Amino acid sequence: MTATVSAGDGILLRVDHVTKQFGGLTAVKDVSFELPEGLILGIIGPNGAGKTTLFNCINGVYPPTRGQILFRGKRLTGLPTYRIARLGLARTHQIVRPLNELTVLENTMVGACYGRENLSLRQARHVAYEVLELVGLAAKAQALAGTLNVAQKKRLELARALASRPYLLLLDEVLAGLNPTEVSAMVETIRQIRERGVTIIIIEHIMHAIMNLSDHVIVLNYGEMIAQGTPAAIAADPRVIEAYLGNPELAEKLLTIDRSAA
Amino acid sequence: MTSESAATTPSHLATASQATWDRQSLLGLAIPLGLVAIFGLYPALQANASAREAMFTVLMAVALASSLNILLGYTGYVSFGHIVFFGLGGYIGFWVIDEWGLHLLPAALLGGLVSAALAFLLGLAILRLRGAFFALATIGINEAMKALVVNLPFLGGPTGLELHFSVYRNYGGPARALWLSYWSLVVVAVIVVVVSYLVKKSKFGLGLMAIREDEDAAEIMGVVAPRTKTWAYMLSAFFPGIIGVLFFFKNGIIEPASAFRLHISIELLVVIMLGGAGTVLGPVLGAAFYQRLRGLLLTTEFFKDIQLAVAGALLLLIVLFIPGGAIGWLRSWHRFPALRRVLE
Repeated sequence: MTATVSAGDGILLRVDHVTKQFGGLTAVKDVSFELPEGLILGIIGPNGAGKTTLFNCINGVYPPTRGQILFRGKRLTGLPTYRIARLGLARTHQIVRPLNELTVLENTMVGACYGRENLSLRQARHVAYEVLELVGLAAKAQALAGTLNVAQKKRLELARALASRPYLLLLDEVLAGLNPTEVSAMVETIRQIRERGVTIIIIEHIMHAIMNLSDHVIVLNYGEMIAQGTPAAIAADPRVIEAYLGNPELAEKLLTIDRSAA
Repeated sequence: MTSESAATTPSHLATASQATWDRQSLLGLAIPLGLVAIFGLYPALQANASAREAMFTVLMAVALASSLNILLGYTGYVSFGHIVFFGLGGYIGFWVIDEWGLHLLPAALLGGLVSAALAFLLGLAILRLRGAFFALATIGINEAMKALVVNLPFLGGPTGLELHFSVYRNYGGPARALWLSYWSLVVVAVIVVVVSYLVKKSKFGLGLMAIREDEDAAEIMGVVAPRTKTWAYMLSAFFPGIIGVLFFFKNGIIEPASAFRLHISIELLVVIMLGGAGTVLGPVLGAAFYQRLRGLLLTTEFFKDIQLAVAGALLLLIVLFIPGGAIGWLRSWHRFPALRRVLE
């Protein structure tokens, strides 16, 4: 448990027996997993299962009550969010947090300027344009972030996180609130990001999307990790069906979607 | 997601917009600097002392408001008691001129440095506070400093200090001394406006504005908010410290009641909000307009005693109806998008 991860073993993130309590409520209970570099890890679970709390523990918003988190061999536990960001860990927010009075370009430049590479303003402007192009917001570069619609704000969250050139990207429900066309566009964008070598953890409720995207899925319920495995194994796991999917029929449907999409 | 044209434009867009951006944003500096130059040179053309006194007040408001704007407008932290840095710097500078016979200019610099140092120490304690709590703490600090000075015998206690008339002899007589303090203020006002512009256009300024918009989100993006805010606070305290020395040197007398006047802090807020918080030009325009208005009110029989009430009402109206101030309002004109880029 105390051993640090050597740089060579390909494990980017190690979550080690992490527990987070708020007073009497245990939001995350003894969760452990390892994430090898280059993968997409999906996290699913019902509302209130502790998914976002787990993200908040990883990127330093809350210190975990117990356990520790290692990122590229470094202990993240207890570091402030800005230190963690500069180590190359970026995230998006489920409830978007645009810097309203700044332009889309400036929002993205904040990510680039203060992220892992600590770029100058001039370099950041170039990176920002490049990233805005990738997420499809280049045409909106000069618009104030507050004037964007929800789908665009989600893309802006993604652009800001990407502009910091992270090793690990935490995506918190970037697909929620998008229409089907927007969902498939975003799924495509996420795939492109992975192809650039960024490791991703994604929280999502849109089942077919997460099942298609993820290499590995973990399932949280009441803060506990109740299952983990490949998307197909997860969808067939009776505990998951019981806890989360509710009824076997829905699970059946899921599997068909999964197969047809693959 | 992306149309084909969107895929080719960005890099091209980046370089093209870079060039126009540079040209237009230089106008954003030239306009406020031009105004300050006009205010500054006006008394020299008139060559009379009363024009100089009038412009001293305007330039002082320009420089104080522009300094405070770095904290209030760029960083989003409302300091109600910012005048404490003006008072403290004034006292320190005044004392070293009076006691050690130090020249005005190093004394002014010292006043600025002491104020910045106070901001650094205070920042450790109160920059953790957000919103109204920070604002309240700043008022408390001003009152505490006033009470402290009243109880310090070497600073003259409640009656304050008076410059020995002989001090002015080192500057070639009182008249030349007054012009020296005036020209020093003009230079400081120019420097403050340039600094305000450079901060706004820098990476540091981008970090400040990110903090203003959402401090937690900014930190998650890697902005080291505690350090960044501290720098902003120190910068916004440094210039008022200098200006305090220039002002009280000109007056020849300093006392707690005139050094730590809370209502000047409030008037500075009116100046900034009137012109437009977070803009370079706003505090310059706001200062000129407000000082003119104040002059008119003070010379009108009906308004002369309720001048501050008018300022308060004005602040209320701005916050309610044009929160962006004059510049914010002009920048939001969709029919003239160029204004956005020219008015900084």
